[in-house]
Amino acid sequence: MSKERIKIAPEMFDIMPEEYQDLVDRATYGKEGRGWKDIGTSKELIEEHSLCAGCPESMAFRYILASLPAPEDTVMVGSTGCTSLVFPHVGVHNIHSLFGNQNAIASGLKRALSVRFPGQVKDVVVLAGDGATVDIGLDMTLQAWFRQEKFTTICFDNELYANTGGQESGLMQKGFVAKMAPVGKTFEKVKLPEIARESGCHYVVNCTVSKPNLVEKVIKNAIHVAREIGPTYLQLYTPCILEIGKNSMEGLQEMRDSEKPTERFAYKEYVSDEAKELLTELAAKEKERKAAAKKQLAGKA
Amino acid sequence: MSTMYEVLPGPEHFLPPAAASMGVRLPDPGQAHIHGKIVNEDDAMEAAARQFLSAKVPTIFPGPLVLWAWNEKAAKKATAIRHLYETIKESVTPSQQAMLIPMPDYRPKYPKINPEIEINPNHPNLTIWHNKIDACMFVGVHCHQANLSLKIIRGGTYCYTIAMCAQAGHEDAMVSFRDATADKIMRLADWVKKLKGSVEPPKD
Ligand SMILES: Cc1ncc(C[n+]2csc(CCOP(=O)(O)OP(=O)(O)O)c2C)c(N)n1
Ligand code: SF4
Ligand SMILES: [Mg+2]
Repeated sequence: MSKERIKIAPEMFDIMPEEYQDLVDRATYGKEGRGWKDIGTSKELIEEHSLCAGCPESMAFRYILASLPAPEDTVMVGSTGCTSLVFPHVGVHNIHSLFGNQNAIASGLKRALSVRFPGQVKDVVVLAGDGATVDIGLDMTLQAWFRQEKFTTICFDNELYANTGGQESGLMQKGFVAKMAPVGKTFEKVKLPEIARESGCHYVVNCTVSKPNLVEKVIKNAIHVAREIGPTYLQLYTPCILEIGKNSMEGLQEMRDSEKPTERFAYKEYVSDEAKELLTELAAKEKERKAAAKKQLAGKA
Repeated sequence: MSTMYEVLPGPEHFLPPAAASMGVRLPDPGQAHIHGKIVNEDDAMEAAARQFLSAKVPTIFPGPLVLWAWNEKAAKKATAIRHLYETIKESVTPSQQAMLIPMPDYRPKYPKINPEIEINPNHPNLTIWHNKIDACMFVGVHCHQANLSLKIIRGGTYCYTIAMCAQAGHEDAMVSFRDATADKIMRLADWVKKLKGSVEPPKD
């Protein structure tokens, strides 16, 4: 269905830069069961990125974009920060909002889309840094959850304000000293996943982006629950290697170290009863789909 | 007595004024404007065709509204634009080089665009400088981005700008049509054909 909407006019095809031709010919818009395994075999929905070399945010972006269930029917809402430098390279509709306003913009957008396209799937996904989500935008974040707005909020938690050189954020660990926060954080990391649960989110996960299959699972779950039931929240550790003094190759290990059972990014999940029911249903359908596809493949062989 | 502001090729330098703020009005249906003066559409057709035929590098910049076949009208316009480009190519002398360079979208592209194959509204001058484009036509570019680009071009280059606008026209272009359709673009191609050989080619 979706590829119908991204056709280049035939007379213009040859003059289009290669990356656009690739997007139309080899991207996975509209592909059922798209996921992280498409990376490397199809055109990704991210062209390049302008993050620091080895920044885990770039991995996170790639996995998330590969996992969106319907990228052609998704609008992402970003905010100022390192993530906002990536959005211009992303092959999914996106809106840059004033720092901190992302969940307010997404609320209006989601409602407008439901009025404009009744009965059609239109996913709204917020993706912003911890400064935007937890500090300057906390009001907007919480109010959207209280109101049960049906979209997903993703926070790239790098535990500080990376884009402006390392100021203290609410998600920074207690005692941490950053370049622009020399005194050290005096209070605990804000427990936003718990707050999200108490504020009405139906699916909440706190984890790192070290495992692509896990990122795919939580993204799909969060978006499906938001589509059908209500707000969902993902807090993903994407360490700022620049600010914590790591090299380009060390981001992955940093995430692995921080997701050990006793660490602050040990996998944590909350699923409301309604969401559990929906996810069980969807899992059964997915199983059926895979079995049918397998059967079809065997029939062809 | 005030003299009327004329929308002319630059370089007008940093921050050229929005022509609208200088009193330039948009044409009514059936009309167009040349340098800010309201004229009959046919006069503007002739003026645009003459610019294409007398430029060293006459170029069409199709934008997203015609590059992507998002509806039937868009696809028809794309066909007409290709026809106009082929007509210009056939009508100019070997010392002239017609170009068709897309503006696929409006995002600020990092680290840089490739000016040989695309134009970006945030720094259209790069493509114009690189290819030494001295006359261009915008078509299928959303109003705001076209206005932005047309002003930047007037500010930093000597390129002559033409807007084939699907809405009410552009004050910031040197020649602007309004209510563009595939037929109107074909009519412009006819004008180019008609004037072929009668316009002096550029001197080196
Ligand atoms: C309204 C407003 N206030 C402040 C800023 C300055 N500013 C730009 S990026 C940034 C910090 C971003 O931190 P975070 O949301 O954690 O994203 P990160 O860069 O760490 O990914 C700030 C404060 C701004 N752009 N707009
Ligand atoms: S400053 Fe930190 S978060 Fe931002 S791109 Fe660089 S490593 Fe990534
Ligand atoms: Mg941050």
